[in-house]
Amino acid sequence: MTGTIVLESLQNVKLAQSIGPVGIRFFTFASSPDELILDSGEKLGPITLAYETYGKLNAQRTNAILVLHALSGDAHAAGFYSGDDKPGWWDEMIGPGKAFDTDKYFVICSNVLGGCKGTTGPSSINPATKWPYGLDFPTITIKDMVKAQKHLIDHLGIEKLLCVVGGSMGGMQALQWAALYPEMVHSVIPIATTLKHSPQQIAFNEVGRQAIMSDPDWKGGNYYGGAPPSKGLVVARMIGHITYMSDTSMSEKFGRRIKNGRIQSRFEAEFEVERYLHYHGDNFVKRFDANSYLYITKALDYFDLSNGKTLFEVFKGIRAKFLIMAFKSDWLYPTYQSKDILKICKLAGIEATYCEINSTYGHDAFLLEIEEETHLVRHFLKKVFNGYAVQIWSK
Amino acid sequence: MQSKFGLNRTRMTQIGRISTDPCASVPSVKSVFYHTIFLSVLIEDAWRCLNDIGKKPLRPDYSIILDWIKNDSSVLDLGCHDGELLSLIVKEKNARAQGIEIDEQAIYKCVELGLSVSHQDIDNGLSEYGDESFDYVILNQSIQQVKKPDVVLKEALRVGKEVIVGFPNFAHYRSRFQIFFRGRTPLTPSLPYEWFETPNLHFLSISDFRDYCQKQDIRIKKSAFIGNNAFYGLLPNLFAQTGLFLISKYLSR
Repeated sequence: MTGTIVLESLQNVKLAQSIGPVGIRFFTFASSPDELILDSGEKLGPITLAYETYGKLNAQRTNAILVLHALSGDAHAAGFYSGDDKPGWWDEMIGPGKAFDTDKYFVICSNVLGGCKGTTGPSSINPATKWPYGLDFPTITIKDMVKAQKHLIDHLGIEKLLCVVGGSMGGMQALQWAALYPEMVHSVIPIATTLKHSPQQIAFNEVGRQAIMSDPDWKGGNYYGGAPPSKGLVVARMIGHITYMSDTSMSEKFGRRIKNGRIQSRFEAEFEVERYLHYHGDNFVKRFDANSYLYITKALDYFDLSNGKTLFEVFKGIRAKFLIMAFKSDWLYPTYQSKDILKICKLAGIEATYCEINSTYGHDAFLLEIEEETHLVRHFLKKVFNGYAVQIWSK
Repeated sequence: MQSKFGLNRTRMTQIGRISTDPCASVPSVKSVFYHTIFLSVLIEDAWRCLNDIGKKPLRPDYSIILDWIKNDSSVLDLGCHDGELLSLIVKEKNARAQGIEIDEQAIYKCVELGLSVSHQDIDNGLSEYGDESFDYVILNQSIQQVKKPDVVLKEALRVGKEVIVGFPNFAHYRSRFQIFFRGRTPLTPSLPYEWFETPNLHFLSISDFRDYCQKQDIRIKKSAFIGNNAFYGLLPNLFAQTGLFLISKYLSR
């Protein structure tokens, strides 16, 4: 935590309770003949979306916030499953008294299309073959993910979302939401994200994909029923992890610490950083499907919000207010990409706030700089929900 | 007690006139009239004082800027600091406001006040805005801190229909004394920083700014000065600590 801001909310954050036990729910749509037509022109259906909700939808249905997850996230954003002690991936931000205050707001999070945590993806059963899709699963894009979420939001009876928010890939979905359904979005919080994937980002993803596909266990994507391509997926995750950190955060976290403090083994993981990457890679394999990793990283790489139009054309219809956040040490999604979002907001006359948080955590900062994010999100939401909160006279 | 809208001076003249009015033993129509005014002014002032209890007195530059800005206008504040002025403008003038500020901690304060702010350098934060996309662009106490004041002023005049510039006057007599007699970099209430810690990169006087406007074909529509003695209105370049200008491009030429 590099900032020294004294937050009136700090105490609230500490006092804030977790949402407690939560449950996953499922929504199925696009059954034949109403399949979802994808960006690629292919049809997909039926589609099941796994989702969780926290808090209560108010009578006017004006307090709904859609939280969008990143590459390896899922619908479990907050709280605990009963019998599990691991909280949701953004538990520190979502809950009573937290940034996304579930006493005030109704928070929704769903697993993305192509995922492997309950939503239809390449590991789901293909109704035509009664066997997992594998590479028969159609190519998907960020836009397809958003189109699927729109069905869920309609199903929940929400006409307009108070806010769409996400970091990294979640931020891309948030931007896509504003561009695709401007009339349904009241505010947007894109965090550490981009208007289009850069060649460097595509390059890292391609190395990850090649690692998976060169694992003999991958078998052209048809490994279901046998051993998954674990080694390939571990390497892909390790590359990912490196890009999520920064030189400084790695130095601070691991230094050059070595197992047993001396030179000994032949190419075993000795350095703490090596052991960390192995440990997290191994854990990742237990919870993530290799084909999902291929499909979702490809969706990231295809992402370009302009999609053949000028950005001005895409943004001119948007009336939502923006809170854009970026992190100084993020070299995977560098701050210039967030500044590009700010620029197009300015050009299109959109009210936008931009903050470049002085963090050393790299891209991971969006999951770690809770204090700063909480302060910004809390007051931004208060403004967009209640109108201006100018309190200068009461000081 | 600082009045909210800087009306003190006009009121003082009225009170002054009353004191010179020869009061007859039988009150004339004229004296009743003056006494009524006197009383109503007193009551109004007392009411303001009551209202202002516990509140920070308004900075004089803020009250001048507030006076200049029309209701329901759009405002871009370059170097908005913690958003105090901008949120006043939003509240008092119902303005659509946007700020640009380089300091991260100040951004948090602005967001707390419900303002839209960009965490950016003023020197290169304006190019995306269209011509005349704001009614007012404010550069209050920030023009002397940017790298290229000339470029920023021209950009501000492009983006805003009118530009409000406020800066510390380097030619204030106290600065002159300190340079001339003490041979030291001046330290005054409006230039309070030592040379090694000042955020100010450029030092200009009120006359410098007027010359600049004349050369650059910039129209000075309004000006106001802040000082702590009676002469600052008469000889602002010598006695005013702060100069404020409302400028625009000459469109008629």
